Amino acid sequence: MQNISRADIEDFLFAEADLLDEWRLPEWLELFTEDAIYYVPSTDVAPDSSPDKTLFYVADDRFRLSERVKRLMKRTAHAEFPHSRTRHLVSNVRIRNRSEAELEVGSSFITYRTKDGITDTYFGSNRYRIVVENGRLRIKEKRCLLDSDGLRTQGRVSIIL
Amino acid sequence: MNAFERMNTALMVDEAKQIFKVSRQAFVDPDILAAERSRIFDKCWLYLGHSSEVPKPGDFVTRQVGGRNILFARDAKGALRAMLNTCPHRGAQVCREKHGNAKSFQCFYHGWVFGLDGALRSQPGEASYAPDFKERSTSNLQQVARFEGYRDFNFVCFDKNAESLDNYLGAVKEYLDVIADQAEAGMTIVGGTQEYSMRANWKLLTENSIDGYHALTTHATYFDYLKATNGGLAPVPLEGAARDLGNGHAVLEYKAPWGRPVAQWIPMWGEDGKKEIDRLYQDLVKRHGEERAKRIALFNRNLFVFPNLVVNDIMAVTVRTYYPVAPDFMNISAWALAPKEETDWARKYRLYNFLEFLGPGGFATPDDVEALEQCQRGFRNSAEAQWNDISKGMGKPVPAYDDELQMRAFWSNWNRHVFQTSI
Repeated sequence: MQNISRADIEDFLFAEADLLDEWRLPEWLELFTEDAIYYVPSTDVAPDSSPDKTLFYVADDRFRLSERVKRLMKRTAHAEFPHSRTRHLVSNVRIRNRSEAELEVGSSFITYRTKDGITDTYFGSNRYRIVVENGRLRIKEKRCLLDSDGLRTQGRVSIIL
Repeated sequence: MNAFERMNTALMVDEAKQIFKVSRQAFVDPDILAAERSRIFDKCWLYLGHSSEVPKPGDFVTRQVGGRNILFARDAKGALRAMLNTCPHRGAQVCREKHGNAKSFQCFYHGWVFGLDGALRSQPGEASYAPDFKERSTSNLQQVARFEGYRDFNFVCFDKNAESLDNYLGAVKEYLDVIADQAEAGMTIVGGTQEYSMRANWKLLTENSIDGYHALTTHATYFDYLKATNGGLAPVPLEGAARDLGNGHAVLEYKAPWGRPVAQWIPMWGEDGKKEIDRLYQDLVKRHGEERAKRIALFNRNLFVFPNLVVNDIMAVTVRTYYPVAPDFMNISAWALAPKEETDWARKYRLYNFLEFLGPGGFATPDDVEALEQCQRGFRNSAEAQWNDISKGMGKPVPAYDDELQMRAFWSNWNRHVFQTSI
C-alpha cells in the first residue's frame, strides 16, 4: 500500500460519491470486499464502539449491505420511492495510517437529500479501511460518524451516507 | 371562537353500524395541541427513564419529558431523583451534559452548588443572604411533582393530585411483568440512543406502534429480507389478539415468524444459537413454569402506555417515547432493553435484530416515517377530506392483532382528556 497517494484515494471516494448520487447502488456495492462492513453508530456512543455491544443506526455486514442495496432499488422501499435526490460532498481526505495490507482513511462529508420539497443535511466524518484487490481499491470498512444530535431533523438514514 | 372551541368531540362513533372515525383536525390544529399539552401531558404519567440508566450513586441523565427539562439522577444514598433542571436562582439549566456521573451539580452562571438530592450546598457570597436561606426548600432544585416507578420503569407526573402510578398503569403492569420476567437479574437499557424526528403528528406514531395491519404492505421489503436470510423464518404464522387495557392503554399479543433472543429460535441462528435458545427457554420454564415460559418466549407484545410510551417486545425489546414539537412535527427517543446478564451471542443477535427492523436506519422504520409523513401531507386536505377510519374489527368478540381495537382504546381516552367528556 506504499505507492497509493492521497489523490488516488480522493479519486476513489469521489467516484464512490457519484455512484451513490446516481443511484447506481449495485455498482457501488462492488466497491466493497466480500467481508466488508458498513456502520453508522448512534451519536451518543464512542466512535470506535462495537455494534455487538451498543445500539447503532446501521451495522451491516456484507450480506446485510447487499440486502440494503436490493431493498433500496425496489418500489416497495417506500422511504426512497420515488428516489430522493442526493449530493454527497467529500472533503478533508487524509491517509491516517498505512500498513502493508491496508490504508486507514479519514474524510469529512456533507450529504444533502431532497424529497417532496424538503432538504435534509447529513454531516460528519467517514473512517475507511481500504485494501487493494486485483489491482483495485476496495472498501473493507466504512464507518460513518454523524456529527448531528441524533437524527433530528433528518428523521431517518434511508439513503446510504 | 376558534375551530377547537366549537368542537366537543373529535370522534364519530356508532357501535351498531361499526363506525369509528377520527377527525383529521386532531392532527393539524394548533389549539388541539395546546389542549393536549395542558390536559394530557400536564396530567398523565409520562415515562422518564429506566433505573438501569443510572446504576450508581451520582449517575445522571438529562432528558426532555412533557416539555420540561428533567434531571434524572441517583443520589448519594442510592435513591432515584427526578428534578427540574433549572437553577432556583435565575433559571439556567444546572446540568448541561446528556449523561454522566457527578458528585454535585453546579450552575455555572453564578456558581450555586447542589447536592445529588437537589439540596443547595453553597453559593458564592453566602454572607449576603438571609441566615436561613439554605434551609428554605425554595433554595433547592425543585423535585418533579410526582415520581414513581414500576419494575424499573420510572415515570413522572406534573399533576400533584394525580392518581398513583400503580392505579394509572392498571392492567399494563401484568405485561411489564411478562417483559421484565425475561431476566432473572433484571433488564438493562443497552448503550446507544436512537434519537430522531418525524414531520408528522405525534399521535400517528401511537397508532403506528400498535398497528398490526400495516406490516405486510409497509414492511414488504423487511419480510423479503427475512426470507433471504440463511434458513429463513420460523414456521410460525402471524396471529394473535388485541386488548384494550383501560385508561387508553392497549396491547397486541401475537406469534410471529421472526427470531426472539428470549426465546424463539430461527434457522439463521444455527446449531449454536439453538443450544443457547434452548437453555434460555429451559431457564424460563424452571423459573415460571411451562405456560408462562411459553408466553414470555414465544409471544410478541406491542404494549402501549397512554399517552406516549411504547414497549415493543418483538424481535428485540424497544422502549420508545415521543413528544409533539408542533402539530406536524415530533421528536422520538428509542432505546434497546435487554436482560442484564445475557451472553455475548444473545446480545449481538438482539442488537442486529433490533436495527434490521427498528430505528431510522433499519429496513422497516424509515418506511414507517415515510407513511406517517405522507399521512400528515394528506391531512392538508382535511377541510374537505375530514375523517380517518379506524373501524377494523368492530363487532368481533376478540379483535385480532391486525384489527384496530387498540387505536380505538387510545382515541377514546384521548378524546375524554382533550374534550373532558366521554364520546
